[in-house]
Amino acid sequence: MAASTGSALTSTAFLSNKKELDVAAFSSSLPFSYRRCERTVSKKICSVMTPQQSERKPSATGSVKTAMTMTEKIFAKASKKTELSPGENVWVDVDVLMTHDVCGPGSIGIFKKEFGENAKVWDREKVVIIPDHYIFTSDERANRNVDILRDFSKEQNIKYFYDIKDLSDFRVNLDYKGVCHVALAQEGHCRPGEVLLGTDSHTCTAGAFGQFASGIGNTDAGFVLGTGKSLLKVPPTLRFVMDGEIPDYLLAKDLILQIIGEISVSGATYKAMEFLGTTVESLTMEERMTLCNMVVEAGGKNGVIPPDSTTFKYLEGKTSKAYEPVYSDENARFLSEYRFDVSKLEPVVAKPHSPDNRALARECKDVKIDRVYVGSCTGGKTEDFLAIAKVFLAAGKKVKVPTFIVPATQKVWMDLYSIPVPGAGGKTCSQIFEEAGCDTPASPGCAACLGGPRDTYARMNEPQVCVSTTNRNFPGRMGHKEGQIYLASPYTAAASALTGYVTDPREFLQ
Amino acid sequence: MAASLFLSQSPIATSTPRSSPSISLLPSPQTIKFPSPHSNFRYDLSIAISHALPRAATIIPRATASPSSAAPSTTAFHGRCYVVGDNIDTDQIIPAEYLTLVPSNPSEYEKLGSYALIGLPSSYSTRFVEPDETKTKYSIIIAGDNFGCGSSREHAPVALGASGAVAVVAESYARIFFRNSVATGEIYPLESEIRICDECKTGDVVTIELGKSRLINHTTGKEYKLKPIGDAGPVIEAGGIFAYARKTGMIPSQTK
Repeated sequence: MAASTGSALTSTAFLSNKKELDVAAFSSSLPFSYRRCERTVSKKICSVMTPQQSERKPSATGSVKTAMTMTEKIFAKASKKTELSPGENVWVDVDVLMTHDVCGPGSIGIFKKEFGENAKVWDREKVVIIPDHYIFTSDERANRNVDILRDFSKEQNIKYFYDIKDLSDFRVNLDYKGVCHVALAQEGHCRPGEVLLGTDSHTCTAGAFGQFASGIGNTDAGFVLGTGKSLLKVPPTLRFVMDGEIPDYLLAKDLILQIIGEISVSGATYKAMEFLGTTVESLTMEERMTLCNMVVEAGGKNGVIPPDSTTFKYLEGKTSKAYEPVYSDENARFLSEYRFDVSKLEPVVAKPHSPDNRALARECKDVKIDRVYVGSCTGGKTEDFLAIAKVFLAAGKKVKVPTFIVPATQKVWMDLYSIPVPGAGGKTCSQIFEEAGCDTPASPGCAACLGGPRDTYARMNEPQVCVSTTNRNFPGRMGHKEGQIYLASPYTAAASALTGYVTDPREFLQ
Repeated sequence: MAASLFLSQSPIATSTPRSSPSISLLPSPQTIKFPSPHSNFRYDLSIAISHALPRAATIIPRATASPSSAAPSTTAFHGRCYVVGDNIDTDQIIPAEYLTLVPSNPSEYEKLGSYALIGLPSSYSTRFVEPDETKTKYSIIIAGDNFGCGSSREHAPVALGASGAVAVVAESYARIFFRNSVATGEIYPLESEIRICDECKTGDVVTIELGKSRLINHTTGKEYKLKPIGDAGPVIEAGGIFAYARKTGMIPSQTK
């Protein structure tokens, strides 16, 4: 384990060295190869390496070390195994279990039924309960479901319960966060190398932190609540290498829509999707979250990104818990590898009614739209709104269709009112949005991303056409069954709002 | 499903959370998980078929006895099928507006069933559950690729199970839906070897023989091979992971 969880640098250095030596061993010009090897290695940390002798089979050395992917290593660590392979079913220890108001009450119901009315959760500090889905509604059952979470959290003395009581003004609820996946990151619950399970398919968002994060159902969550364990199958990994400088009109949303369009909505079913390459390294944490957020739209079990200085910096001050990043071995087995030159990509959308129904934004320029929605775990983070503001600022125009702004969390909401937008002379997002004629930023939460109760803010109650920064465009997803949803990046959403048609953001950004 | 299995053995055991106040004490055949006045027709249908077809004569009620009897070799389902296409996502199976219903609450479990597949677009002219009904006429759903994609909501397999459906036969499944189906024991997520959703029509009368891994469409006279359900079969048969774990001694039986 120790060897497999070293830093990226040493791990890579070790592996590149090994490869070079392997080449050298079969080379006729041995000294030259060695020199080359030394030169390569000297840039990295060569002092920690012992010279490799003839090839030694791991089984002959006593300490078995199989090359593994990041995901496999996290599984190995969580199941206390030294090695494992894709397809194996293992019992893993869960570091964090997250649930919310839609699936929490059902999970609690199963927990109580199976473990007893007086049962206690396995660890009151590892259960994170985040009401976020149906909050600002007069729907009685929805309100009751938040009450169930509150009662349970009180009874179990749950340490992290982000409550909301006063629905008339979310700001008076100091504990209230909003969209669980964004709140998990902002509150420091996402840590490299850990296992995070949540009763929400977009739990995979947290893979951005180099952890295994995946969605589960109520029954599995009920089991985790009682035992802290889950029986999981080790997924094989698909590797997505994205290199090149990301053009200033593209966002991570374009990258993931590109990938889903490539492999389809079932292309990664049961599989891990690992993202790496110079492009990924250049992405901020929020952009990495967007990338991992939508792996489930390709059927993926989890998405994962190697943690680096960007990750560690984000985590500073957010968590005091020690964590152990892991990295894929260079010779780990990947089911397949996809390579993208990001500099050649164009802004894309997913047309109705499937996230893999990819088209270039400019190919859809004749699609007239009725509204634009900016929000959700995918496209409702601070940087998503900064991206919207950037386009509005560049255009200096007003929106032509109703444009709904739903910050994911209370923190994001505050950012909209406090962070000056670069190049805007001190104006905040909220000021720019107001000048552009958008709706006033709404109370944070999942809102209309998934339709919800009839009175949900910005719910599509008519069969309209919407450009949305959210993650799904299945029939009826945002409310009306005949509604049409074009999934797009914040840039494309903003450009579309300004024209009233699906619009390539290069019309305003260049 | 555990509930139903116990119910079929001893209908008095109505303490299950899935029981409804209006339970009828029908002797439940192998398919009926949740006897209620609304599900009589399916009982009738399956009996009719089992009389009509010698091949179905091997059917015995699903047992709750010892783990060794869990082999699903004699388990079969009959009924009308409801046919859908590819990528039927969880929003179509149970739209988000109904997610305020908590599956572990018996009366809300019933309601979830009445909304099963209500999110299908209007191109599906036949409703899976009629507007005034709580149960479906179709005990078997036949689908294409990637059935159950989308959210992790367990409401999806629960809604199908609560509606009275017993099995889905799809080309493939989304991971979480498959897992939730097994974990809850609500519905058998079976895979066909070839795409059959183009060859079957809603209303066709079909039989699934689990042990023989085949589906027979009596209306068209065609037979199709299914992929074996494997180790997931006994878990679903037991009524989900908790029931299975108790039945096989993995976790202690509940003391009530």
